[in-house]
Amino acid sequence: MYGFLIGVGILLLLSIIWMVYRIQTLVSVVKGSDKKIASSSNKVNALLFVLFMIGAGVLMFWYSIKEFDNYQLPIASEHGAVTDNLFWVTMAVTGVIFLITHVLLFWFPYKYQYSEKRKASFYPDNNKLEIIWTTVPGVVLAILVFTGWMAWSDITAPAPENAHVVEIMGYQFAWEVRYPGADNVLGDYDYRLTSAINSHGVDFTDLNSIDDFPSPVVVIPKGEPVLFKIRARDVLHSVFAPHMRLKMDAVPGMPTRFWFVPTKTTAEMRAELGDPEFEFEIACTEICGRGHFSMKKVIEVVEPAEYQAWLAEQKSFIQQNPALAENLPAELKEVAEIQLSEQ
Amino acid sequence: MATASIANHDTSHDSHEHEHHDNFVTKYIFSTDHKMIGKQFLVTGIFWAVIGGFLSILFRLQLGFPEMDLEWLRPLLGGWIDETGKLDPTFYLALVTMHGTIMVFFVLTAGLSGTFSNFLIPLQIGARDMASGFMNMLSYWFFFLSSVIMFISLFIPTGPAGGGWVVYPPLSALEQAIPGSGLGMTLWLIAMTFFIASSLLGGINYITTVINLRTKGMSFSRLPLTIWAFFLTAVIGLLSFPVLFAAALLLVFDRSFGTSFYLSDIYIGGEALPNTGGSPVLYQHLFWFLGHPEVYIVLLPALGITSEIIATNSRKPIFGYKAMIISMLGITILSFIVWAHHMFVSGMNPFLGSIFMFLTLIIAVPSAVKVFNYLTTLWRGNLVFTPGMLFSIGLVSFFISGGLTGIFLGNSAIDIQLHDTYFVVAHFHLVMGSASFFGLMAGVYHWFPKMFGRMMDARLGYVHFWATFVGVYMVFFPMHYIGIAGFPRRYYSWTNFAFSDMYTDLNMFVSVAAIITFGAQFIFLFNFFYSMYRGRKASLNPWRSNTLEWTTPLHPGHGNWPGEIPAVYRWPYDYSKPGAEEDFIPQTVPLSETPESNLPHEQEQVKIELEIMKDEDEVLVPNESES
Repeated sequence: MYGFLIGVGILLLLSIIWMVYRIQTLVSVVKGSDKKIASSSNKVNALLFVLFMIGAGVLMFWYSIKEFDNYQLPIASEHGAVTDNLFWVTMAVTGVIFLITHVLLFWFPYKYQYSEKRKASFYPDNNKLEIIWTTVPGVVLAILVFTGWMAWSDITAPAPENAHVVEIMGYQFAWEVRYPGADNVLGDYDYRLTSAINSHGVDFTDLNSIDDFPSPVVVIPKGEPVLFKIRARDVLHSVFAPHMRLKMDAVPGMPTRFWFVPTKTTAEMRAELGDPEFEFEIACTEICGRGHFSMKKVIEVVEPAEYQAWLAEQKSFIQQNPALAENLPAELKEVAEIQLSEQ
Repeated sequence: MATASIANHDTSHDSHEHEHHDNFVTKYIFSTDHKMIGKQFLVTGIFWAVIGGFLSILFRLQLGFPEMDLEWLRPLLGGWIDETGKLDPTFYLALVTMHGTIMVFFVLTAGLSGTFSNFLIPLQIGARDMASGFMNMLSYWFFFLSSVIMFISLFIPTGPAGGGWVVYPPLSALEQAIPGSGLGMTLWLIAMTFFIASSLLGGINYITTVINLRTKGMSFSRLPLTIWAFFLTAVIGLLSFPVLFAAALLLVFDRSFGTSFYLSDIYIGGEALPNTGGSPVLYQHLFWFLGHPEVYIVLLPALGITSEIIATNSRKPIFGYKAMIISMLGITILSFIVWAHHMFVSGMNPFLGSIFMFLTLIIAVPSAVKVFNYLTTLWRGNLVFTPGMLFSIGLVSFFISGGLTGIFLGNSAIDIQLHDTYFVVAHFHLVMGSASFFGLMAGVYHWFPKMFGRMMDARLGYVHFWATFVGVYMVFFPMHYIGIAGFPRRYYSWTNFAFSDMYTDLNMFVSVAAIITFGAQFIFLFNFFYSMYRGRKASLNPWRSNTLEWTTPLHPGHGNWPGEIPAVYRWPYDYSKPGAEEDFIPQTVPLSETPESNLPHEQEQVKIELEIMKDEDEVLVPNESES
């Protein structure tokens, strides 16, 4: 029934369009306007460009201003302030060009619409103009690129020695987090060691991995450099922390990294936004399969003192699951057992 | 084959001797006539555009109306609608993938470049046909075969390829990762192989034809900008498509023969795979070595078409003809050395990121020059708004809007946040998708009279333009806001994240706009097919244009000109020349016949021209008496 009604509706619509079409064709033949170079529609089209410009322009400014706080995510990292600044500078520069070119593009059709009395100017070239509008955009772009390059170099420079290391591993369809423990060095891993009890594939024969511990959330201290070591276990993923202005692909077989300095704790953001539920999030931005849209991890930014307290409370992989230490060589087993006895 | 050999015949012969009677198969199916092949590409392109557009409506329904009961789509999609009436998330990815593949390759490469390079190159340079009519025919039929395979892949039980149109491995290499990477991906790869073969066959033909078969007097500095654009497009395609083939071939090896070009350290489906040492980033480099030039393969023909249409309908020479050529050359060369700007956060060395940022922003300069030249062409023109002209102006608008957002994305520091968000989606849909689509539409409206000898209805064209122009902006402009807010691409739903759990209203708006815009295309479809049979008979030169194709008969036969191929005496943009009676002087009018409008340097050329004409007459006369 539903389908039948839709069918009838479409049929009706089509026949109306058909009638209108036939009528206007006949009218134009009667009026002889199809013989003219430019019929009265020329004026209408010219006017529509101006109307479109005004209408769309008003809509754009109104919405951009009204929604500013919605689409402008709060910044919570040091480099985020720099890249956002670059973004808005670029927006200002391109915005001006956008407006000027579009005003000309939509006003010229109105101003220079066809008239039998007029002849267009024969104006094939002007080298001076060409040179001006080659060099001016060139210089402007050079400035933008240069500032962008400075920021990019700083962001991608090696992380400071004292950076807190966190390993983030992507897999279908979640993230797992590993901390290096007291030595601040992550232990080796090998994807072939991955199993139900060792989802990270941590190689516990490496001394550095004995104190490594997992965490359900990414906890990091405010105001101190943090280094994300990023990898993937199956397909490509990408770590995206929108408030941190951070994004880096997770590549199987090729570990990547991104370091940054968080500037606001979760508590501070909650107060600032008046949203007690607020959390920093990590999402996946590289298509990875069915659950691509649901790879969420929470980042909790805390004061450095809180961070230290939290670190002290954490239990290593081996403490959480002593079975992992079973097949270790004797001397490593000893270290592991000491750790277990400290619990 | 009689039909293929006609291009080789002495041009001074009377072509009536050679009139051959095609049967249905040689005329409409296995045709070697470039005009028919162009139309074949066009109709196939339109078919794919409808499919590609329809797929986008399906996933826009999911994004705009996530709560909607899609049970009514079950007759079409079957099991891809789950028990609760929701679209399957895997199939959502397949939709996105196929939409991208179809639109980029089948519509905007084959449908645009294939149609107009084939149709216009011989007509505008004054040739009987392509250099090799047979290869040209093969080019279409490889494309057709590719289309059939890709179309079949839409209906297989595991679904078509679903790894995004870029099909990055390991996702596209491992069936365990997503069902679409099984048979669907195999069919994708086979289809693309045939597609690449088709592109190369076409491209070689375009290049050789432009170089070798230009008519008398048609020097490179007198070529219409359309031909320059098609020529450079073919060069880009010829150099970059083989690299995609290489990338695809290695992917085939990884998928089927156990090699590890792209695979390393993978644990999936409860088992560790043996592959080590490969690099997924290698694939990305290879893919984007085609992928970025591909953007210009799609865009340059549209820009060429626009240059021609804007000049004609402004009744003014295109401003800065040489600057236009130089900027197209610049774009051609630069397009090969900017590919890694798609990979700033792929994990490649950040130093490479710096290099590619510099190179990328250089390419913005020739693009800017083109825009300014278009604007100056409109300035003080005498503008006739044919539907083709409207679409051309629309193209310039999209080219500006989408081009400017490229300056954000080309800046690696800013790209960190924007990469793979809806900002990117908005950017390339405007600058590449919509701009090229408008180029295609402009071309169809403008050359329809030459293709079918009839006019398309102008008023329906106006309605189609305004609905589409407004519609495209309503669809893609809001995506900038969504992108700045950080909404990632290829997401089935955004409600899992607090930061993106908003803008349901805006997404709904976008979806409604998309549906209306898609619906408006049916106005075009009606106009196109109806006018083909019932449209008003066209005059020989309906737009009062200068280029050679308008000197052919209303229905040019195989060989294009019944008599001798006309010679060319001037550039194609002598519109509104001071002193001239009409506001256009076709390329076939000798300078010696227009002393009233010649510029001083042209007056000097008249003498040389007359000498050449005299010499040629002496050669031609004995020739003709023989025949």
